[in-house]
Amino acid sequence: MIEPVVLLSLVLLLSLTSYALSGGADYGGGLWDLLATGPTADRQRATIAHAVGPVWEANHVWLIVAIVILFTGFPRAYAAVSTYLHVPLVLVLVGIVLRGSAFVFRAYGPDDPRHARFWGRVFAIASTATPFFLGVIVGALTEGRLPASTEGSFATVFIRPWVTPFSLAVGAFALALFGYLAAVYLTLEAHDAHERAAFRLRALLSGVVVGVLAASVLLLSGSEVRFALLASPWAVPLHLATGASALGAFVFLWLARYQLARLAAASQVIFILWGWALAQYPYAIRPHLMLADAAAPVNVQVLLLQILGIGAVVLIPSLLYLFRIFGVRGHHTGGA
Amino acid sequence: MDLLYARWQMGLSLAFHIIFAVIGMAMPVMMVAAEVVWIRAGRSEYLDLAKRWARGTAILFAVGAVSGTVLSFELGLLWPTFMESAGPIIGMPFSLEGFAFFLEAIFLGLYLYGWQKLSPWAHAFAGVMVSIGGALSGAFVVTANAWMNTPAGFRLVEGKMVDVDPFAAMFNPAAGAQVVHMLLAAYAAVGVGVAGIHGRLLLRHPADGFHRRAFGIALTVGLLASLLQPLSGDWAARVVARTQPAKLAALEGQFATESYAPLRIGGLPDVEARQTRYALEIPGALSFLAHGDPAAAVTGLNDIPRANWPPVAAVHLAFQVMVAIGGWLTVLALWAAVLWWRGRLFHSRLFLRAMVLSTPLGFVALEAGWTVTELGRQPWIIQGVIRTSEAVTPMPGLGVPFVLFTLIYLALGSVVIVLIRRTVLETVSRGPHR
Repeated sequence: MIEPVVLLSLVLLLSLTSYALSGGADYGGGLWDLLATGPTADRQRATIAHAVGPVWEANHVWLIVAIVILFTGFPRAYAAVSTYLHVPLVLVLVGIVLRGSAFVFRAYGPDDPRHARFWGRVFAIASTATPFFLGVIVGALTEGRLPASTEGSFATVFIRPWVTPFSLAVGAFALALFGYLAAVYLTLEAHDAHERAAFRLRALLSGVVVGVLAASVLLLSGSEVRFALLASPWAVPLHLATGASALGAFVFLWLARYQLARLAAASQVIFILWGWALAQYPYAIRPHLMLADAAAPVNVQVLLLQILGIGAVVLIPSLLYLFRIFGVRGHHTGGA
Repeated sequence: MDLLYARWQMGLSLAFHIIFAVIGMAMPVMMVAAEVVWIRAGRSEYLDLAKRWARGTAILFAVGAVSGTVLSFELGLLWPTFMESAGPIIGMPFSLEGFAFFLEAIFLGLYLYGWQKLSPWAHAFAGVMVSIGGALSGAFVVTANAWMNTPAGFRLVEGKMVDVDPFAAMFNPAAGAQVVHMLLAAYAAVGVGVAGIHGRLLLRHPADGFHRRAFGIALTVGLLASLLQPLSGDWAARVVARTQPAKLAALEGQFATESYAPLRIGGLPDVEARQTRYALEIPGALSFLAHGDPAAAVTGLNDIPRANWPPVAAVHLAFQVMVAIGGWLTVLALWAAVLWWRGRLFHSRLFLRAMVLSTPLGFVALEAGWTVTELGRQPWIIQGVIRTSEAVTPMPGLGVPFVLFTLIYLALGSVVIVLIRRTVLETVSRGPHR
């Protein structure tokens, strides 16, 4: 019998995975909006907006689900994270607010190109900054420099623990990974061959950046984290799986087999997240707080699992319906 | 000082979010109503109406979703000690809210982008799901707030909350009354607000069928809710009288503990002199309303330790504002019923003008009501268990995020107002939607 706390950690990981695969790609879309160049730049932006429009609100809810699981199931971890990582969390929030608002301001604003350009720019910049800081937060939880108490100067307690080469590298890695994922998805949303070629090139290039940044993250990690990432028994199969997915994504992109490329890139993201989670286990926050110590009373854990199970019965068909209506490959003729 | 900034930031975030949250709850109901008339009667003007309302709702809903996200983080960013103890106890309604919000977001995507992709009934069904999701998420969140007023579902052992029972916590004594009061407030504020906006355009273009239809639907929703609201308000007040005597005393400006306590209309509480001046007093009415017996004793602030007093004047004034507006909206509802009975609902310019002037009042009452609930609970974050000052984050410099979020909300608020004016109202007054 698996302990409830393990199951709950797993469910938390699943909602984070769903967020990365859906909301993460929406952030990546914003990155490509920012970096849109060439003769198809405007059409690229339109494609991104069409792909993101109907689904981003629903995708965003995965983050809310993760937060609710965190504060209900692991209240001590939620309290510690929001105390010590107050500053990057505020930056994430500002990013989320600006990005969501700017997206609808652009989509539903007047037909004035200056208006659209301004809010498009806000959307793109906020979409780029937010995953960076989300990555920094994950880096800080992993690296283990968060203090155990608030004794000390503001900089020592609230800034230095997350402004480290490792955490910043994880931030950059998260941004690159979401950009890569979005570019791969967008090859399927493109309206014509030119645009598709543009997204394919972006997917290949950002895939290389993901690889370089992954190596930097490993190099910058402390010995304990590196050991957890590399030397534990499950590390080798997971790294092989990640490598195989990455290679697969590259080959399929090269061969213009975009459906398969998307599958491979999504698997790659899943394996990376799960690899991180296994390295982090059994810690909620290295090195002070174990998941089991951060957890709510057992009856609350069990109840939360039951609610999440029942909720999934309603949620999953609804999500499938949403994605079925708007198709896995876009060309949305709708729009209010 | 940091505590004050934290409270201001939380208050501002709640005040900002609640406006968009109630719009997200009530607009879908009105859009679906219009759409159903279109499907059943085949009158395409109603489809046009649903589509125009949907444009505005899309903007407002998104701002509501992101400002709600800010709140779910701010609970921890500002009040980590509170969330560490309360998280497991009130996590159940929040998890349920998560799913309700998920449904709302999924079906809103289908509704907004699915006009051509879904059959009319499937599309209307999506709107119904958005309405249900909105009402449910509002209800679940309010039970969590009610728990802060009437904490239940745990035992306090040496300052720690143990033997947690999330069901007892969710169905705490204040939950029912607060949920009903809040849902009605949402429909009343939005219905009256939208009716007021279309009423203004109807004054200018009396023959315009479009605004007449819009006005009719919004008025029905807003004034039906307004008509029921005094009943739920009475229920809520009885619960407060039973469970939060300090809040009741503050909102009534009641300093002495007495039988035949009077109901005060208006007035200004003087905390130093411990009396409420300039109020119109109805003898025995407060005792009767609070406890069902004019002879019943109402606990006054004098019998509550000074350290446990809420800010009396602010709570009393906010309560007066809420009740006064509630009363006025009830009058409007009765007036509308009489006009409708005589078949003159769209022809009385006096009534239209009254509706136009009342456009923002539901929202003012909503904010005033939350001021009563939240300020009236002070100095506690969980009534009688944890003080707000004990729950605040140890991080210094909270003035910075406060100023940052204030500026963001001011900017977003202004942009939303300009956009709604430009993209929804002007296209409406200009004529057919593109």
